[in-house]
Amino acid sequence: MNLTEHLAALQVVVPLLAAPVIVLLQGKRLAWAATTATSVMAFIIAVALTVGVMNGQDFQYFMGSWDAPYGIELRVDALSALVLLVVTGASTVALLAAYHSVESQVETERQPLFYAAWVLALAGLTGITVAADAFNIFVFMEISSLASYVLVAGGPDRRALPAVFKYLIFGTIGATFYLIGVGLIYMMTGTLNLADMELRIHEVSDQSPILVAAGFITVGLALKAAVFPLHIWLPSAYTFAPHAVTVFLAACATKVSLYVLLRFDFFVFQQNLFGHEAQFAYFLMPLALAAIIVASAIAMFEKNVKRLLAWSSVAQIGYIILGASLVTVAGLSASILHIFNHALAKGTLFLVVACLALQVSQLRLGSLAGIAKAMPWTCGAFVVAGLSLIGVPGTAGFVSKWYLISAVLSLGPSGIALAAVIVVSSLMAVVYIWRIVEQIYFQPATAMTTVKETPISLLALTWLAALANIYFGLNPELPVTLSSAAATVLMGHLQ
Amino acid sequence: MELLGYYNYWVFAVVLMIGFYAVIVCNNLIKKLLGLAIFQSAVFLMYITMDKVEGGTAPIIQKGVEGQIFSNPLPQVLILTAIVVGVSTTALGLAIVVRIKEAYGSVEEDDILAKDRQS
Repeated sequence: MNLTEHLAALQVVVPLLAAPVIVLLQGKRLAWAATTATSVMAFIIAVALTVGVMNGQDFQYFMGSWDAPYGIELRVDALSALVLLVVTGASTVALLAAYHSVESQVETERQPLFYAAWVLALAGLTGITVAADAFNIFVFMEISSLASYVLVAGGPDRRALPAVFKYLIFGTIGATFYLIGVGLIYMMTGTLNLADMELRIHEVSDQSPILVAAGFITVGLALKAAVFPLHIWLPSAYTFAPHAVTVFLAACATKVSLYVLLRFDFFVFQQNLFGHEAQFAYFLMPLALAAIIVASAIAMFEKNVKRLLAWSSVAQIGYIILGASLVTVAGLSASILHIFNHALAKGTLFLVVACLALQVSQLRLGSLAGIAKAMPWTCGAFVVAGLSLIGVPGTAGFVSKWYLISAVLSLGPSGIALAAVIVVSSLMAVVYIWRIVEQIYFQPATAMTTVKETPISLLALTWLAALANIYFGLNPELPVTLSSAAATVLMGHLQ
Repeated sequence: MELLGYYNYWVFAVVLMIGFYAVIVCNNLIKKLLGLAIFQSAVFLMYITMDKVEGGTAPIIQKGVEGQIFSNPLPQVLILTAIVVGVSTTALGLAIVVRIKEAYGSVEEDDILAKDRQS
């Protein structure tokens, strides 16, 4: 028996099976260790899959040996490999850093359950990424969502509860819209397998139900992915979630929904629906631009550090959507690349916030004044990741912004306006990152005698994440190769 | 009477919107969850309707019976899964409402917002 054949299935099965075991574990230390081990294993599997994909392999797996389209198919190509790397990597880094943070924020007897929910969220997110049929994507989406509601509600702040309630309502409406869309497509084509669906949509004589389905699916997934006017659940959910959870979810939860959006729209609908390309572009591009400008502007005036970074996430989702809405290979690969790079930058920033939160009780800007004197290394990591978020040359953020701007400029005159928006919002990013840097470096310290530097193990991890921003800024071959391969596959359906 | 032929789909659309309206308008969190449950059950109706084949019965192959018309069992299986998802969402939502009641002493959205503003 060859193990590599089963990697795609193991990616989901390992965390899914680990969840009930972790519930049964008594000690919090044991539960944390088991969760981290599971996540590391999932990361190793994702790396093995990525190596396979880079060598030109296309992983296909038929559950129980029932052939597609009747059986359940799992599939890993360049796009899913990249997203898998982001999801499992973010989960692993967040978990390695999580022990102290969770210890201070979640009650002791609830910690094993908390970690079990974490593994389920991981299983759901990886499941969405490997699944090749529409209904399994829905089921995994709900597994990951339900688990992440539990994770967000785990924090000590009571304001987390209304935030998570809002998240639950919006998430469920989004998922139900997606379900309606899938139902309409099944009604017309009789299939749930994405590859089969793509072939059969050609044969449908009356396309109006499919058009309605495309609307439902796009809006439903946009809700889940927090695309601009549908983002209002995101800032509160990220702000009041336990810090470790924010590191995990901010890096990958919305990205996975964006992945499904890209896969559905480019794989199934484009070319098969009359005029879908233009509708997709004209619907999403204004939303993306509004997200970039409005969310950055709100971030500039926000006083809570976590909420500020959450608003910046809404703006960054705008960049990803903007790249996709160009419907060109260059735009799409810039957008997929930004999924990777933004996860890197924002994950590191929230990791630093988690380190800061161990020392200070409040995360308002004012209460962080002058903290860099006591925690120089932690704050140094913040600056590096902040530069990457802004897109300074030599960091990961620069690479994807460069690709995005060159994709936009290739559109001709109208592209210059889009490029201007990107440049302006990068300047706004300079402003909101600078506000934090100014507070932590240049304000006089106020009564912070108890503040100590972050423990060395946590600090090493944070710097590892920060240096990854620089590494992938200087050697971007891996994500660039994967994202351009993914973009070529997605756009291949248009030629 | 093509309009009446789509009776179930009309009901689907109306029930869906009733649920959606309740989610948006209601101030009480429990009522919001009820609206969400109605919203989801409308989708169950859509799936169940589309698997119906005129004159079709339960899809069981029997000896000696041929030429039988069957209803499509797949949407029923799918919606069984979706019902489970819906139940767990409602359960989790109610659990959160219980904790909101413990923390804020109210399940009205206005009160909760007002209390958050004070603190």
